Parts: sequence; structure tokens; C-alpha cells
Amino acid sequence: MPKLKIEDLTLIFGRDQHTALQLLKQGKSKADILDATGCTVAVKNASFEIGKGEFFVIMGLSGSGKSSLLRCLNRLIEPSAGNVILNGTNITAMNDQQLQQVRRREISMVFQKFGLLPHRSVLENVAFGLELQRIPEKERTEKAQAVIELVGLKGYENMLPAELSGGMQQRVGLARALANDPEVLLMDEAFSALDPLIRTQMQDELLDLQEKMHKTIVFITHDLDEAIRLGDRIAIMKDGEVIQIGTPEEILTAPANDYVSSFVEKVDRKAIITASSMMDTKPTVAVFRKDGPEGSLRKMRATGLDILPAVTVDKHFLGFVYLREILECKQRGDKTIEAVIHRDVPVAYADTTVEQMLPFIAETDKPVAVVNPENNKLLGLISQTALVIETTGRQPVAANLTA
Amino acid sequence: MIKIGKYIEQFINWLTHNFHPFFKTIKSGVETMVDGVLWLFTCMPFYVVIAALALIAWRRAGWGVGLITALGLSLIYGMGYWMPTMETLSLILVSAFIALMIGIPLGIWAARSTMVGKVMRPLLDFMQTMPAFVYLIPAVLFFGLGKVPGVFATIIFAMPPAVRLTTLGISQVPADMVEATRSFGATRRQLLFKVELPLALPTILAGVNQTIMMSLSMVVVSAMIAAGGLGEIVLKGITQLKIGLGFEGGIAVVILAVILDRITQSFGKKKTTR
Repeated sequence: MPKLKIEDLTLIFGRDQHTALQLLKQGKSKADILDATGCTVAVKNASFEIGKGEFFVIMGLSGSGKSSLLRCLNRLIEPSAGNVILNGTNITAMNDQQLQQVRRREISMVFQKFGLLPHRSVLENVAFGLELQRIPEKERTEKAQAVIELVGLKGYENMLPAELSGGMQQRVGLARALANDPEVLLMDEAFSALDPLIRTQMQDELLDLQEKMHKTIVFITHDLDEAIRLGDRIAIMKDGEVIQIGTPEEILTAPANDYVSSFVEKVDRKAIITASSMMDTKPTVAVFRKDGPEGSLRKMRATGLDILPAVTVDKHFLGFVYLREILECKQRGDKTIEAVIHRDVPVAYADTTVEQMLPFIAETDKPVAVVNPENNKLLGLISQTALVIETTGRQPVAANLTA
Repeated sequence: MIKIGKYIEQFINWLTHNFHPFFKTIKSGVETMVDGVLWLFTCMPFYVVIAALALIAWRRAGWGVGLITALGLSLIYGMGYWMPTMETLSLILVSAFIALMIGIPLGIWAARSTMVGKVMRPLLDFMQTMPAFVYLIPAVLFFGLGKVPGVFATIIFAMPPAVRLTTLGISQVPADMVEATRSFGATRRQLLFKVELPLALPTILAGVNQTIMMSLSMVVVSAMIAAGGLGEIVLKGITQLKIGLGFEGGIAVVILAVILDRITQSFGKKKTTR
């Protein structure tokens, strides 16, 4: 069962929501509905599931409806249609008391502008959610203190929010959300108001915390780099619609449409793209003992390659063989290619990133073999050309060609 | 001719006739309050009262205001207006207290419901712009002459700033703080008492200050209906054209105004940084 399930969620702003909903069902566009009813469709039929412990990022530009969608999850904004289901319970059908309980215990939120109370100290702000639950002061102070230490605010307990920097204030916001020990954490552009350096630092700390806590996090951002850094999966929104959901790598390697690819182009891919998505999974290989010098030469002639990976019959990777050396081998009259296999070569694993493979380019002019670390079987081959293109970026190459 | 005056007269007469016991109860209640507060200020020797007020002024607003309070009140005693000043002070405190007890909840209500807010606004405009003397007439019809009609007229005249500034203070609470509070499962009551009122407090206290200052001006005017106090001295100065008497009463009023203003303003100082 998914932790959080969003079913056909639609949010319409405006007076005549009923008509707008009808028009939406008939498949009318946002612009048509605005003309006909004066209503704005902020979120249109969003459906997705979020698993327990998943870091789910919703990414979109301003006006894409991402923040409105997030606010529908704890009903800070009432959705016009559709369901939000937490642990199998429909939140959208709850009365006020039940909703309050969910907000107090199960879903907490972190805000872009922090939303801290200026007249309360850090400790009182962190304990605020517990105070609303009417937990006795001693107990809530203990709990708040523990969270304060967790997020690195120790020593700041008695300061007022205005006395802290933005980064520290957001730690208070995060601590306040964690103090309730919620299962789901909603983060609305939580780091967008921070300086780039602090933002990266907070992202790292959040990831560290998540390693320990395994919360279900729904994180909103307009920054694809941030989405990719943080998210297990990313949903991309445009004009109120979810246009693609996938892992960062899926989004980067297979953008659903031009809109997504236009984002993806600007992203630093080196840290995300892994060997598995770049490799040729059916490379031509010289099979040791089966292919002698003659057989290997024939394969090279057929493919036009001057380097081949050498493998055993059960596909264990041995090294590379070179055209020139195989020719020498043949002249000497060797029966096998054993003598000319270059065994001392770097290999990559399926999850090795392009960034980690960068040194290979400098060191060798060979392709990179991708192997299974457990049994050394060859999974695929990344040609030197593919690696160079990936690291230098695709866009500049294309631009040079058209120029 | 449209005889609005006649209709209002009829309405007031109808009220006086049919709600006589109601007005009588209110009258005795308010009378007890005013007399009680007056007793509090006059049961002790004047120098104890001066010392106590000077101490409060010093603690709240600094030594300068404390000094002015001590000197000013001593001057009043020296001019021989101690009793009327204490009468005026007790009238102000009771009127302002009742005005705030009604005005602040009304202000909260108006902030929470746009409907109530829309109805309240013209009503408050009316209450504030109507010449203050006009309230004295129904006050006398309801309660006869004396302190109670004075308090009644003062409450009506002094209440609008309390309502307005409470509404303003609450609606100025940043939306992101209200949203954050709601997101943690706050009830409406918790939102009001833990977030909205504390954040609106400086503005509400500015309203309290204005209500007290307006009470002072109205209490003086209500000497015309025999409410007593410093207003009576000023009134005597006018009617008998005694310049000296008028100024003496006026100076006493100014001293009282300065003291009340400085002390109540000191409560409104914002405290978000140390």
C-alpha cells in the first residue's frame, strides 16, 4: 500500500467551480475554461502514489500549480475534486477534528518563508506543534530539545527567530515540523529563500537526516538541480498538469516532451547519468579461446572497430584486444589471443556516474567496460565517443554543427 | 420634510419606557464601579497615590515620565483640585475598561468575518464623527443626570479606536504565519490566542491608548450633564468667564493626559528583538 495516494486531484480557483469542473471533464482546455467561467484551473487531474520513506519531489515553474497541489495534501486549500489518501484513509472526506488530528500527528509542513512566530523563542517555536496537541510543557520541551539537537540548533534555544540567519531559521522550521514526529513531511520550496551555498548545505543535511529518519517527504521546488539532488522520484508539473514522473535519471535520459527536455538541457548531468544508461548492452566481443586471432580480426573488420573487449565464454570480462597486436599475433602464428589481452584496464559498474568515469578519459583511449562487481561479467560497453559527448555536453556540439 | 429627529426621539422614548429596569440595573452597576475606583484613589493619603502612580510611570516609561508624574500630580494637589482629578480618573478608567471589554471582542469578530467587518465600518464611522455632545442627550434620558450617563456617552465615543485597531492588528498578522499555524492542526481558538492576538498586541495596545485618551476628552465634556470631576471646573470657568479657573482646570486635564498617554504607550512597545 502506498503511503500517500493522490487520485484525480483537481483544484479550481473561482466562483463557478461546478461548471468549470464539468467543462474540464469534457476535455476543455484551461484557457477555454477561463474564458467561459472566469475560473482558473490550478491543478488538473493529478494522480500519483508516493511510497513509504520515499523522497518525492514536485518540480515546476511558478504558476505550475505545484504549491497549490501541496496545500491540497493537508487541505490548507480544499481540492475541488479528487482524493488524497494517507495510509488508506481518505483525507479529503475528513471532518475538521479528524483533519486537525492528521495535521498534528501525521503530516507536518515546512514553508518557504519559514512561517515562524516572531514573539516566540526557537525552543517555543519548535515545541509549537506539541503545544497545540496540549502535551505537557516538560514533555514537549524534552522532545523539542531532542529535535533541536538533531538539526544542529543546539545553543540557539532561547534566541528569537529575527536574531537568526535564513538558514538557521529554516532549521527551526524543519525542527518544528519534525517535533511532531510525523510520517509525512511537506516541504514547500523550503530552501528557495536561502543563499546558494547555504541551500546546498541544507540539502546535504536534509539527505543525511532522511537516511536516519526515512520519512515520506513531498518536496516542492522550481529548481531541477535541487530536484535531482534530493528526489528519489520527480514529478514535473506544467500549467497544473503532471507531465512526467520518474527517477532523476529517467527524466534526464528520457524526457517526456520538449518542455521537460528544455529543462534537462541546463542540468549538470555528470553526477546523475550512470554507466547503465549510456552503455551498449550488446557490444561485439572477442570470446577468449573460441575466437582466435583470425576470428577476432573478422569481427573487427565487420564492425569497423580496432578495439574489442575480450570475455570468457560465460561472459567474464578479461580486458581489451587491439587490432595492431592481433595482427602481430596472427603473424607469429599464435592459436589464441591470450598474449595480447590488456588486462589492467579501468572498469565501471552499472551505477558509476559519468563524473566518476571522467578520469578514464584522461587515462586511456579505450572504451569503458561496464561489469557486474560480484562476478565480473560484462554488462555492456561505453564507447570513448559516447563518454566524451556526455561529459562535454550535448548542446554545444549541436550548436557548433548548426552554426 | 423628513423628520428623522422625531423618529429618533420616539425610539429613545420607547427604549426608556420599556427598558426602564434594564437601565436601572446598569446604572447601579456602573455607579458602584465608579465609586469603587474613586474610593480606591481616595482611601489613601494623596502622597501615597502620587508615589504609587509615579512608581508605575517610572517602571514603565523611564525616570523622566516618573518625575513628570510626581511633579504634575503634586501641582494638581497644590492647586486644590485633587478630588475632582481623582473623580475624572475613576470615570476614565471605568469608561475605558468597559469600552475595551466591548470593543476588543467586536474587533476580533470583525476581523474574522468579512460580513461583520462590512457592517461594523459605517457604524464606527458614525459613532466617531457624530459630535460628542449629541450622545449626552440619550444618555441623560436613559440614566438621568450624573456620572453614569457620562460613562455611557464616553463608552460610545471612545470605543471605535479599540474596535478598529483590534481588527487592523489581527488582519495584519502575516498570512504565512496563519497558514503555518493551521498546518500544525491549530483550532480557531488556538490560532486566535496563540498567534493572532499576541502578534496583534502592539496594534491593539495602540487602540487601548487611543480609547483612554478619547475617554479623557469625553469625560471632561460630560461635566455638562453633571458627571463631575475636572470638567466641572472648566465648565464653571466658561460659564462664569473666569479665565484663571478655566486654565487651572485645563492644566490639570493636560497633566492627567500626559501621564495616562505615556504609561499606556509604554505597553505597546514591540518586543521581537532583545
